[in-house]
Amino acid sequence: MAEKKKKEVIVVGGGLAGLATAMKLAEKDCHVKLVSVTKVRRSHSVCAQGGINIAINLKGEDDSPLIHAYDTIKGGDFLANQPPILEMCLAGPGILRLMERIGCPFNRTSEGQVDFRRFGGTLYHRTAFCGASTGQQLLYSLDEQVRRHEAKGTVEKFENHEFLRLILNSEGRACGIVMHDLFNLKVHVLKADAVVIATGGLGMIYKKSTNSTFCTGAANGRLYMQGMKYANGEFIQIHPTAIPGLDKMRLISESVRGEGGRVWVHGDSSKQILFPDGTTRPCGVTGEPWYFLEEMYPVFGNLVPRDIGSREVLRVCEHGLGIDGKMQVYLDVTQLPTEKQHKLESVLDIYRKFTGEDPRKKPMRICPAVHYTMGGGWVDWPAADDPDRWTRFRQMTNLKGCFNVGESDYQYHGANRLGANSLLSCIFGGLVTGVEVPRYIDSLPETEVPETVYQEALEEEEEIQKKLLSQEGTENVYKLHDEMADWMTRYASVKRDNPDLKKAIEKLKEIRQRFKHISLDDRGSVLNQVYVFARQFPAMLELALVIAKGALLRDEFRGAHFKPEFPERDDDHWLKTTIATYDPKKDEPVISYEAVDIRYLDPVKRDYTKAKKMKPTLKNIPANIQLPI
Amino acid sequence: MKSKEIISGTFTLRIFRGVPGGQFWEEFELERNVDANVISSLMEIQKNPINTKGEKTTPVAWEQGCLEEVCGSCSMLVNGKPRQACTALIENFIRETGSTTVTLAPFTKFPLIRDLVVDRTSMFEALKKVKAWIPIDGYTDTGKFGPVISPEVQDALYVLSTCMTCGCCSESCPQVNPNSDFMGPAAMSQVRLFNSNPIGKLQKPQRLRAALSDEGIAGCGNAQNCVRVCPKNIPLTESLALIGREASKQAIKDFLSLPDASES
Repeated sequence: MAEKKKKEVIVVGGGLAGLATAMKLAEKDCHVKLVSVTKVRRSHSVCAQGGINIAINLKGEDDSPLIHAYDTIKGGDFLANQPPILEMCLAGPGILRLMERIGCPFNRTSEGQVDFRRFGGTLYHRTAFCGASTGQQLLYSLDEQVRRHEAKGTVEKFENHEFLRLILNSEGRACGIVMHDLFNLKVHVLKADAVVIATGGLGMIYKKSTNSTFCTGAANGRLYMQGMKYANGEFIQIHPTAIPGLDKMRLISESVRGEGGRVWVHGDSSKQILFPDGTTRPCGVTGEPWYFLEEMYPVFGNLVPRDIGSREVLRVCEHGLGIDGKMQVYLDVTQLPTEKQHKLESVLDIYRKFTGEDPRKKPMRICPAVHYTMGGGWVDWPAADDPDRWTRFRQMTNLKGCFNVGESDYQYHGANRLGANSLLSCIFGGLVTGVEVPRYIDSLPETEVPETVYQEALEEEEEIQKKLLSQEGTENVYKLHDEMADWMTRYASVKRDNPDLKKAIEKLKEIRQRFKHISLDDRGSVLNQVYVFARQFPAMLELALVIAKGALLRDEFRGAHFKPEFPERDDDHWLKTTIATYDPKKDEPVISYEAVDIRYLDPVKRDYTKAKKMKPTLKNIPANIQLPI
Repeated sequence: MKSKEIISGTFTLRIFRGVPGGQFWEEFELERNVDANVISSLMEIQKNPINTKGEKTTPVAWEQGCLEEVCGSCSMLVNGKPRQACTALIENFIRETGSTTVTLAPFTKFPLIRDLVVDRTSMFEALKKVKAWIPIDGYTDTGKFGPVISPEVQDALYVLSTCMTCGCCSESCPQVNPNSDFMGPAAMSQVRLFNSNPIGKLQKPQRLRAALSDEGIAGCGNAQNCVRVCPKNIPLTESLALIGREASKQAIKDFLSLPDASES
């Protein structure tokens, strides 16, 4: 009998989601081709500081995965489908034990058990952490396991290679990708039985965000232009406290406010501002610090949720009270006792390192910054008790055989992500994908893909490269990027309004036209980063349009999507997932909607003004859930 | 509250660039800005690549990622010293040196690709050689945690585990050179990390044997440069000394043919 052919799987992206997928696939006896623009160990997951939410109740608080699911659903303002969230939270404790076994150095209690801290959007100590770099440590643990498989030959890495396009066979099934080598621009074909996309968020569309510079969103943009549905694009999380920089925005952890850090600007009693209670009051007292969050939100004070914090900082700055007239406010720990400052040492050191100023002596200057992409590739998720559970595939996009996972998919977080849920969603999604992909490949009929299919895709890419490298024109792609980012930051971040969004969409279309007239300052083939970026830019621009158009159409206020003209969540009209599809014949994304799966919990008001622990009741919980762990 | 000081005038970035066999210095004049770091300066050049002679040139190629000093991408020589470029604030250099010229150059201990980018694959290959992983049986949840770990041990493991494979240690090490096979300090420190883990310990002999190879610990000349340049303050020399001692014990055990599993 002929030896059974090994299942071939391409995984694009080597952050937490991609590595968790690759690790599970390797265990399932697949041969994995891991493609990444960088050494996978440098992926953006390393930036996650705070921790990973696991409701394992080691603190005697009666916490449970069901409460975690409730917090996540509510935190996402009911926009997320509920079945994947439930299973993610149920898998949490197993994932924690797995990560601990593979060496992730979680902080410990004096008894030697994994320790937990509190994070935003919950009242429970549910967040396991590793010093101030939990994402880095989780990523390293997975990277080490994948290296172990690499040493055995079950994983083959293509680092410094970038995904360019998906190759589909005559039945529309993914059968490979085209990529280029970033060192020499050579275009290659990789063949496989399935393709997994795990390429993270798209912060670079806004240029200055808390994201790594790898996070361009180009892979998802390219897939969207090849027919992949892109969901909930308009939901972009803005973190209230980042260090403004010329090259990027660096996150200052929420823990600073948790330990007593205060947010203020210089008061100006000649100015008036509308308070959340409906009264209009002066902007503090001239000549004195104005602790505006504490005055506006006497209960939560500086610890209001991320979206509220970001919005109020913006509003105060719009009243002309920003530091030096900029979109900046002070975050002050100078008055904190030394032992509190010591607890925050690693975070304060980051500020000192990057600004040259000591936050123990001078208040930090911080501002809101683009932080997380809730939207992403649309993926399927049959629930455990759905009758067609085993004929559909979880995490698979509408392009058959093409899966999407991690920050680059749209599941788990709805309209707003809770702090410390991203690491869990990435690992969980990866493990699910690692189980679903081999099951998908087993369902495939034996077919040979003709060589011409690959050849044509390759030649098309080579043609695009040749054209772009030789093109003459007056526009510069980096300047176009600055312009796009500026419009997106102003009109499609913290606060949206329809006339501005319409203008932004027109601007994006203008930039799309001007892109046709770029010429590259580098036309060589050795590590030509100008070309690589110019090749990414059109895909980024199409996703920018998806964000702006989705935001324009959604006339309500939900989670991170804030439109003052429509100040309430509107479940009657907008409790639905936004789906963007690309039509090359149209100059704007085609938007449609899909119902949200709310089978476990009916929507309630997302209210954080009253803090109370409660036991939520989730209904219709299936009895036959099989966790991927 | 006094705002940040205003700075005017220009500074010069002097960059050693080019491809293998064709490296040259090129200078760029840029506006001084109190918030400028090496990365933001390179980004400015990207938008308008004109050197101080007024000639149009190509943008400089460099590696970057998180820009928060946790990914290890943007290693280069800044004023001759190996470090991460994202934390290299221009005004600090001007203040420290009294000169408005800052030099950038690629690492010299790794194959050059172009400009400031080198190929550090050898560091990742070394992690394979020393089996820098925990050999668990499978990824199914056993329902159990591993052995308890004290906060003190966790803290020590965490520090060792923050190594971002940036290569500053190897770049600074005189023993990492074309005539030596030494894997460099980072991999040796990883041997210590995994040998200290309660499950990782089970593969201790294999890792020590890798450390005993020609590429291993014998290559260390105790120059102690590595610990001085490590951006993460990892106690590399401590790791090197410890692995040196343990590897010798392993060599004796192997000579006496004692079984691997015995604990030292």
